[in-house]
Amino acid sequence: MKSYVLSAAVAAILAGTFLSCGKKSNEIIIGGVAPVTGEAATFGASTKNAFDLAIEEWNGKGGIDGKKLKLAFADDKGDPAEGATVFTKLIQQDKAVAILGPVMSKVALAGAPIAQAASIPMMASTATNPKVTLVGDYIFRACFIDPFQGTVGAKFALEDLKTKKAACIFDVGNDYTKGLSEFFKAKYTALGGEVVAFEGHATGTTDFKAQLTKIIAAKPEILYVSDYYNDAALIAKQARELGFKGPMVGGDGWDSPKLTEIGGAAIEGSFFTNHYAADDTRPIVQEFVKKYKTKFGAEPDALAVLAYDGAYLMFDAIKRAGKLDGPSIKAALTATDMAVVSGQVKFDSDRNPVKSAVIVEVKNGKFVYRATVNP
Amino acid sequence: MGTIKLPRLLIAALIFYVVVTILSLDQVHILNGYFMVIINRSLIFVILAASLNLINGITGQFSLGHMGFAAVGAYVSGTITTLVLKLPAPQPGFWITGPIFIFMIAIVIGGIAAGLVGFLIGFPSLRLKGDYLAIMTLGFGEIIRTILNNIDYVGGPRGLLGIPKFSTFTTITLFTFLIIVLLRNLVQSSHGRAMLSIRENELASELCGIDTTRYKVMGFVIGAFCAGVAGGLLAHLLQLAHPTQYGFLPSALVLIMVYAGGMGSMTGSIFAAFSLTFLTEGLRVAFDNIPSFRIGTMDVRIGTEWVMVIYAILLILIMLFRTEGIMGMREAKLLIIEEKKKK
Repeated sequence: MKSYVLSAAVAAILAGTFLSCGKKSNEIIIGGVAPVTGEAATFGASTKNAFDLAIEEWNGKGGIDGKKLKLAFADDKGDPAEGATVFTKLIQQDKAVAILGPVMSKVALAGAPIAQAASIPMMASTATNPKVTLVGDYIFRACFIDPFQGTVGAKFALEDLKTKKAACIFDVGNDYTKGLSEFFKAKYTALGGEVVAFEGHATGTTDFKAQLTKIIAAKPEILYVSDYYNDAALIAKQARELGFKGPMVGGDGWDSPKLTEIGGAAIEGSFFTNHYAADDTRPIVQEFVKKYKTKFGAEPDALAVLAYDGAYLMFDAIKRAGKLDGPSIKAALTATDMAVVSGQVKFDSDRNPVKSAVIVEVKNGKFVYRATVNP
Repeated sequence: MGTIKLPRLLIAALIFYVVVTILSLDQVHILNGYFMVIINRSLIFVILAASLNLINGITGQFSLGHMGFAAVGAYVSGTITTLVLKLPAPQPGFWITGPIFIFMIAIVIGGIAAGLVGFLIGFPSLRLKGDYLAIMTLGFGEIIRTILNNIDYVGGPRGLLGIPKFSTFTTITLFTFLIIVLLRNLVQSSHGRAMLSIRENELASELCGIDTTRYKVMGFVIGAFCAGVAGGLLAHLLQLAHPTQYGFLPSALVLIMVYAGGMGSMTGSIFAAFSLTFLTEGLRVAFDNIPSFRIGTMDVRIGTEWVMVIYAILLILIMLFRTEGIMGMREAKLLIIEEKKKK
């Protein structure tokens, strides 16, 4: 009997909390989704920091049309099922007028149909899978997509580094790294280069020597490592141990101080494509880096930059729309032409941003800006 | 044989369906879309928990890879509706149209495929006892995930995308109801008694002439079938199936529901699936409303990332103070077929 009383009490508390959500009319509710727990928790944390910073800045300037912005944040745990639930919650329960996030493509793909059905514009910050924005015309993103990054990497390897033979290594269990390598291969071959080895490794492994031995036997001049920083650093170390001398090229998954911490000398002289470089001299970049560092005590990573940019693009659109309904905001977003930290952004017909990528070089354990590549 | 009281459960299910449907109508708007998502998820978890209960609670085996079977069901049914037949997205409405009928068949085929896989896994491994079976099923879950990652036809690591949204409250309720009836009738039949006897004492039941391997495999296969159905429903609700959805952690979540509800009690599994799903969401909403405060010079903000901590503490409390689970071994009257049994 005790358990019935207990469960009745729990039910009553739950019912109370569900019904106690009010909404003030002088606020604009912005939904925010990121995985602050689970496998991608570090990505989620910097994304959320960036949302908070962007909201604070806009509210400091007086909000939009005299209304303060309020972030309704939800944790998606990096799980699509959870993502679908929190998207519904933000739209139906919190009455968010727009949604920022999420970080991961699989979560974005579960959330996008919900936002689309409710006509709520959504700005995925780092979901790079091309299919995300194809869900519908309310779905936008702040990052460039996998094909673009792979293409930029291939062009750079072929034209700037003057190589003819490349090899790719990637994680077979991760759509991002696999996609990057596939698009690198396609572009590299199309431009007249040759991909002599194309090797996938299992997720979670730390020994890449089997694949690397095979790759090195094929004598590539450069190695395209599309893995995230932790795997990429280990691959670099083991490739050097096995006698690989050429440079390595990677994607934005390399952007972490841990890359040089783990990779050390092995990663020196390598390059990666990224959304921004912290030592880029444009004032908008420097100002953002300074503000982020003061508030959170850490250098912003690419996730923070894209989340911040995404928030600015969205707020700017809401301001220009002058109204809070989905169709108006969507129309304003489509017409975007705005300078943000990661470059000058316009949206193409698939609602992907058209903007430049930067090439970053690893030099003396630091990330140094090398070049800007326009689309 | 006593009188079969199917109608009582049917009436309860109908009342549940009608009440929720009316409350969710736009004109009434007491249950918004958010509640409906939670209810739909709860119902899918009911299937998962009740079927794992058949394996872990009734037959007394220990399976850790239940979501692996859900993955088989999700991918098989998703492949049929999305890749092979390319069914269009359904029109909103209550009526059973052609595509919805095909969808239901696809879900059942997904369940059968999961059952077949369950047979292949169960047949050799159920001769093992205790820990070995747990390791075997744990490995199975990982194998499924790796296989899915490597099949490009179903999207590989990108997942199976663009699945039409066929799972609605109506279809999910229908399947949940049918599976509860199936499991209830099974557990309270002579086959179910045989399974129970294996849990109580395998050696003794073997001495009584019960083919223990056969009943263990039977329980395992039916459990896998139900998980496959749940996986198919989930895939058609979320409109995608992704290999990482079916790893060890989601399996553990279902396991928690079975243990928190009470091993061997279907009522407990159903109750736990509902209450734990609602609890997570309730905590989420509650944590949204906690304002930040200061301790000394530090700004403290208790955000949604603390939900899982509270959730874990609640589970520990249940396990400490009610080791046998919320319902223990008891069943609600609604789920008992026969009239007053003698002991």
